[in-house]
Amino acid sequence: MSSTVKTKGRIADKLLMGLVLLSTSLSIILLLGIILFVFIKGASTVSLSFLTGVTSVLKGTVGIAGNILNTVLIIVITMIIATPIGIGSAIFLNEYAKKGVFVTVIEYATETLSGIPSIIFGLFGMMFFGNTLGLGYSLLTGGLTLILMVLPLITRNTQEALKSVPDSYRNGAVGLGSGKWHMIRTILIPSAMPGIITGVILAIGRIVGESAALLFTAGSAKGLPKAFSKIFEKIFQSGGTMTIQLYLSATSEGDFDTAFGIAVVLLVLVFVINFVTKWALRRRIN
Amino acid sequence: MKRRKVIEQTAKTIFTICAAIAILAVASITFYLVAKGIPAAREVGIGKLLFTTSWRPTAEEPSYGIFFIILSSLVSTFASIIIGVPIGLCTAVFLSEIADRITRSVVSSAVELLAAIPSVIYGLIGMMVLSPLMYRLEKAIFAGNETHQFTGGANLLAAVIVLAIMILPTVISVSASSLQAVNDSLRYASLALGATKMQTIWKVVVPAAKSGLLTGVVLGVGRALGEAMAINMVAGGAVNIPLPFNSVRTLTTQIVSEMGYAEGLHRRVLFTVGLVLYIFIMIVNFILLKARRRELNE
Repeated sequence: MSSTVKTKGRIADKLLMGLVLLSTSLSIILLLGIILFVFIKGASTVSLSFLTGVTSVLKGTVGIAGNILNTVLIIVITMIIATPIGIGSAIFLNEYAKKGVFVTVIEYATETLSGIPSIIFGLFGMMFFGNTLGLGYSLLTGGLTLILMVLPLITRNTQEALKSVPDSYRNGAVGLGSGKWHMIRTILIPSAMPGIITGVILAIGRIVGESAALLFTAGSAKGLPKAFSKIFEKIFQSGGTMTIQLYLSATSEGDFDTAFGIAVVLLVLVFVINFVTKWALRRRIN
Repeated sequence: MKRRKVIEQTAKTIFTICAAIAILAVASITFYLVAKGIPAAREVGIGKLLFTTSWRPTAEEPSYGIFFIILSSLVSTFASIIIGVPIGLCTAVFLSEIADRITRSVVSSAVELLAAIPSVIYGLIGMMVLSPLMYRLEKAIFAGNETHQFTGGANLLAAVIVLAIMILPTVISVSASSLQAVNDSLRYASLALGATKMQTIWKVVVPAAKSGLLTGVVLGVGRALGEAMAINMVAGGAVNIPLPFNSVRTLTTQIVSEMGYAEGLHRRVLFTVGLVLYIFIMIVNFILLKARRRELNE
């Protein structure tokens, strides 16, 4: 009887192992399939003029330089504001706060913020920054909206990094007569820098891939500013990022060549960002 | 000395304000959604809004019933979990229990890259690969059927498949780390008692990691419920009862596809749709918090 149990067990084992291998290969096949499909469909569209030109019906040109600039500007706006706030928040949580209601509420709020879907951020950004503050559809509205979205990422990564700074550093600095602020500025922040950078890179990756939060905040204009000096004004004007242009190209404009061209650029970008993050993480561990 | 005290106090205040911004953000998002969403819901009638099915915002006598929209969100989320979680769990088992170091790093890199792909790209590929396939299936299944409205392949089933793929990375990485956290002594004890490796994995390790696995599922639910752009590109656009081959609208795609041109009450009702989505997400967040706490206590 024991032998029948054993064989039965073995068949079930093989079946389960088969399922495990099948599922695992699915992830790999999906990834390779997506990369191959996007590159086959879009690689021929990507050229220097596609990257540096602007789409114009009159001139018959197709280009995404405007969208690239918009993406960069949104990243800059978002990160300039979100990075200090995120770091400050992490420093408060890790260095100043004593366990209590306030800290619990902050931690719960950060957690909640990271679970809110981007379309909700988009709705809120449109109402608050767009309407209430009167910024309308603009890169600034989009950037301000995204701050809320990436804040938890920066806070959490900085917090992790601060936690890994040994207490002896803190005690040593304070023991030598340093004030807390001085200690934070000269000891903690430099020691936590790799973690902070990881958070920043992750946040940039999020922004590059974001679309739902930007559609109704930053808008969809694809032109370039007329002159370099007008870049600052551009911040107060509507501008679509690459993801938004991909969405519009694939849906309302029905221009799949451009859509796949942008998809190639986006894939390359997010993969590079992913590798840089990994590299930064590895450096942090060493 | 006094100057130093001022600096210390200022620094502390600034850090506190930074930390308070997260609270402020959640509070204002909640406030705005409630303040914009509730009056519109009252105007339409809460019962009428939530439990009727006709969505005709631009008709002469407009009607705003979002029952099918809520149902579509729930059905697509549930179905994508049913498909995605077993696949994700099996992959996590491979990563944590079976793979050697090199295979593990290859597979987990692939999973990370899948997570990094922007949702519009999933939508684009869904449009180009899934939709034609769906259309062929649809034509075969509903051939000669006169009541079925042909969708051209943009339907609930396509949305479910895209969502199932999109939640995979979340489910895999959370599940794998909770499986890895299971104490080795449990594995050795089970193996020493004569259980096979597979029996050990499925009857000892997986049950021991169940609260962590649950966290993965809940995170997946949140992700699927909140995904907007990708499914907007593959789900069609009609407000319909959520059957596999129907073109459907979910809470998120409803906002994405109509916010651009909606005006007046129509626009305000879309905020109510946002509020309904927000309430669902808050419930998911609450469950997540509970699950995390349980995981920590174990």
